[in-house]
Amino acid sequence: MSAFITVALIVLVFIIIYQIAKASEYTSIIRGEEKVKAQTNRTIAILLVLVFILGMYGIWVCHNYLVDKLLPVSASVQGDAYDSMFNATLVVTGIVFFATQLVLFYFAFRYQSTEKRTSFFFAHSNKLEILWTTVPAIAMASLVAIGLRNWLNLTSEPPKDAQRIEIVGKQFNWIVRYPGKDGELGKRDFRKIDDANNILGLDWTDKHNMDDIIAQNGELHLVVGKPVQLLIGSRDVIHDVGLAHFRMKMDAVPGIVTTMWFTPKYTTTEMKKITGNSNFVYEISCDQMCGKGHYSMRGTIVVQTPEEYNAWMATQQPYYAGNNPSGAADSSATPAAKTPAAKDSTKATVTMR
Amino acid sequence: MSQEIIIQGPNVEFSQGAEAAHHDHEHHEQHFIWKYIFSQDHKVISKQFLITGMIWAIIGALFSVFFRLQLGFPDSTFPIMEKFLGEWAKGGKLSPEFYYALVTMHGTILVFFVLTAGLSGTFSNLLIPLQIGARDMASPFMNMLSYWFFFIASVFMFVSLFVQTGPASGGWTTYPPLSALKEASLGSGTGMDLWLISMALFVVSSLLGGLNYISTVLNMRTKGMTMTRMPLTIWAFFFTAVLGVLSFPVLFSGLVLLIFDRNFGTSFYLSEIFIGGKALPHIGGSAILYQHLFWFLGHPEVYIIMLPGMGMASEVLATNSRKPIFGYFAMIISLVGITLLAFLVWAHHMFVTGMSPFLGSIFVLLTLLIAVPSAVKVFNWLTTMWKGNLRFTPAMLFAMGFVSMFISGGLTGIFLGNSALDIHLHDTYFVIAHFHIVMGVSAFFGMFAGIYHWFPKLYGRFMNNTLGYIHFFITFVGAYLIFWPMHYEGIAGMPRRYYDYSAWESFKQFQSLNGFISIVAIVVFFTQLLFVMNFFLSIFRGRKLTNKNPWGSTTLEWTTPIHPGHGNWPGEIPEVHRWPYDFKDDGHGKDFIPQTVPLREGEEAH
Repeated sequence: MSAFITVALIVLVFIIIYQIAKASEYTSIIRGEEKVKAQTNRTIAILLVLVFILGMYGIWVCHNYLVDKLLPVSASVQGDAYDSMFNATLVVTGIVFFATQLVLFYFAFRYQSTEKRTSFFFAHSNKLEILWTTVPAIAMASLVAIGLRNWLNLTSEPPKDAQRIEIVGKQFNWIVRYPGKDGELGKRDFRKIDDANNILGLDWTDKHNMDDIIAQNGELHLVVGKPVQLLIGSRDVIHDVGLAHFRMKMDAVPGIVTTMWFTPKYTTTEMKKITGNSNFVYEISCDQMCGKGHYSMRGTIVVQTPEEYNAWMATQQPYYAGNNPSGAADSSATPAAKTPAAKDSTKATVTMR
Repeated sequence: MSQEIIIQGPNVEFSQGAEAAHHDHEHHEQHFIWKYIFSQDHKVISKQFLITGMIWAIIGALFSVFFRLQLGFPDSTFPIMEKFLGEWAKGGKLSPEFYYALVTMHGTILVFFVLTAGLSGTFSNLLIPLQIGARDMASPFMNMLSYWFFFIASVFMFVSLFVQTGPASGGWTTYPPLSALKEASLGSGTGMDLWLISMALFVVSSLLGGLNYISTVLNMRTKGMTMTRMPLTIWAFFFTAVLGVLSFPVLFSGLVLLIFDRNFGTSFYLSEIFIGGKALPHIGGSAILYQHLFWFLGHPEVYIIMLPGMGMASEVLATNSRKPIFGYFAMIISLVGITLLAFLVWAHHMFVTGMSPFLGSIFVLLTLLIAVPSAVKVFNWLTTMWKGNLRFTPAMLFAMGFVSMFISGGLTGIFLGNSALDIHLHDTYFVIAHFHIVMGVSAFFGMFAGIYHWFPKLYGRFMNNTLGYIHFFITFVGAYLIFWPMHYEGIAGMPRRYYDYSAWESFKQFQSLNGFISIVAIVVFFTQLLFVMNFFLSIFRGRKLTNKNPWGSTTLEWTTPIHPGHGNWPGEIPEVHRWPYDFKDDGHGKDFIPQTVPLREGEEAH
């Protein structure tokens, strides 16, 4: 009933607005159309100026309101280049924005139709065209130059001493794998995946896998100041490792290993101080639509000092040891005996191909 | 070139133009079905596209209201939604599955059904024959088919809204594997099959239309209508059609491969996937291949949406500034530039897919290059207004709004086209803000300018001006209020396509802003309904035209009768003697000279 009344009210309001608008049409005929037209034109011109002035004021208000809600300083060395490039682009586009919008609204007001005015027949000017072809071209060229320099840095080979960590997306969480003591990530095969005891499908015939450490809670530990290269994979659909605080992002594509590398600048503790937020946490957001739980596919990053990191690492147990208590280096699991439902509710039975 | 064509249709066959007997009006009364439903008259087909597009626009916009309610007020319930959506919004709260379905449908509907079919379909159909001086399209029958394929595509898409597992829900880009695997999401079931069928039919419709537009523009121009005397609208529609004809087939192939992967066990896009508790047999496919195929259409698609608006804004700005469009040839050359570059920038949507960084840098260069012809257009529009005699009709306001929005949205494209910035901004609200302003709002403004301007030609009546002004100011201000703050959210890294941000430490501070945006979006939605009401009531109750050239235009469509019959001109098709922008003193107190007026003695052609 209330819905019906709401709809009826809306319809009523629409009819009233329409009748008023229609009435203004009739009165304009009575009062003399040309006169009303000229008057309307003046009113609209003034309104346009008002819209422009209020708009510029609105931009100011909006900026003041939101500027504190933006990201803190870049948490990665590479992000600094992003920030300065963003600001440079903002200055260039900002100038063009204000200049062109100003001209648009100024012309609207200045050259509004009046009885006396006649338009100036001015159809083309090659000089002007050349001017505003070359100036944007030069501006774009310089932005491309800055962009490509940064892009080449971002996509260059990581330093030799970079830590290599694998991060794998699945619906709807992140799995992190550290190489363990030998510093090598072992081979994995999606056909060996078993949600109960081999979540990434590690190939147990590869010795490098024996000491690999897997974190299933989506928590990625990094060392401050030490470059890290992420090897990104996906078990099912396309995901994306979004690291807003580090100004980084890379898709996780099934069947392909993608990479990105960066150097964390501030530990989580330092960042808590910088932001003044005791709850601050580096978050990994999934930035590529991946299904109904996309919005909840959250991981976290803990950036630590080397001492803290080593202490934490010492408490971790290799995945192999935790999931093969008998010590059998057999790759095939025993599906029926496990209770996979406890770990993954979407899963029925495990069948290996 | 012949000025006579034979117009054929079921139950009707007559030729016009050559025979004196047909000078005044048509003598054959057509049956209702052939006149209004299976019509081959480009003007009727244009109205069919427009009204179908408007219905879709209301549906698509309503969907955005539903998901904006969720985004703005994630903790509240809205029982009214349950009335519309039933089980999908149990207790008045959207389910995540249906939230994603709504987002997907909103994008698909508005990009393809409204801003491609509804925009090009309407105005290419209406204006190409009228402005180049042709009796109809090159093939009126194909033209009719184009609409009816679109109609069938619409039916499939509409049906998909009602299937049990819901419509497609993998985003309007429907990237596999998500869209390819039924296990991956509810929407990847029957809904996705219907989506694919619908889109395949849509491509057929689009090709039938596009081929027709191209051949009409090339072959059916009236005497004296050289290519360089065509209004910029026609140039824009022409290049729009070229873009569509060359890129839609690539989308089609992408869709067909996806159909194969979904139903016939192929592995074009699938490789090494473990889902639903088992490893799939697919190996060797590439999910990125689909993205290449999709964006090879997807990017030109953006210009398919933009170019008609550019053409119409040029026309409306010139007419209402009472001044020739500035830099006619520069405008054409920039259209050529945009058309060529549109094919060479698609991979800027894929900078962070793991694509070769070298390839990425080429696409950065080409993408930013497209800013140059775009800038040329903006400066030419501004100079067109300089020292003009501006009449602020609703159409003029929307054309100016188009320029304003195109500037704003174009400038943010410079951020996103640069891969080193895109690496942070990709798939955040910055992207949403960017493309909604530039190809959503801006394209809609071009469309509104076109509707207000050519409504008298469509229906022989005016739309109500007061409502037009209300419509413009609320929409213009509202659009900026909605999308301007979204840039900030994007700069903060807030990802798009999230159902709820409250669990995120980094993004939850925008909750109150999201609420504000949602409220404005609802206000703007109702304002659009005001426009729809104005449109339909004006068809029947609008002020009647007394003069066949109400805006003082120079182009040919205004030389036809107020209610042109099938064939457009009762007598001979007029001959064209001059370019379309002679807004100057005609020596008789008028400030424009129609294209049909011969050059005066000593007058130089443009």
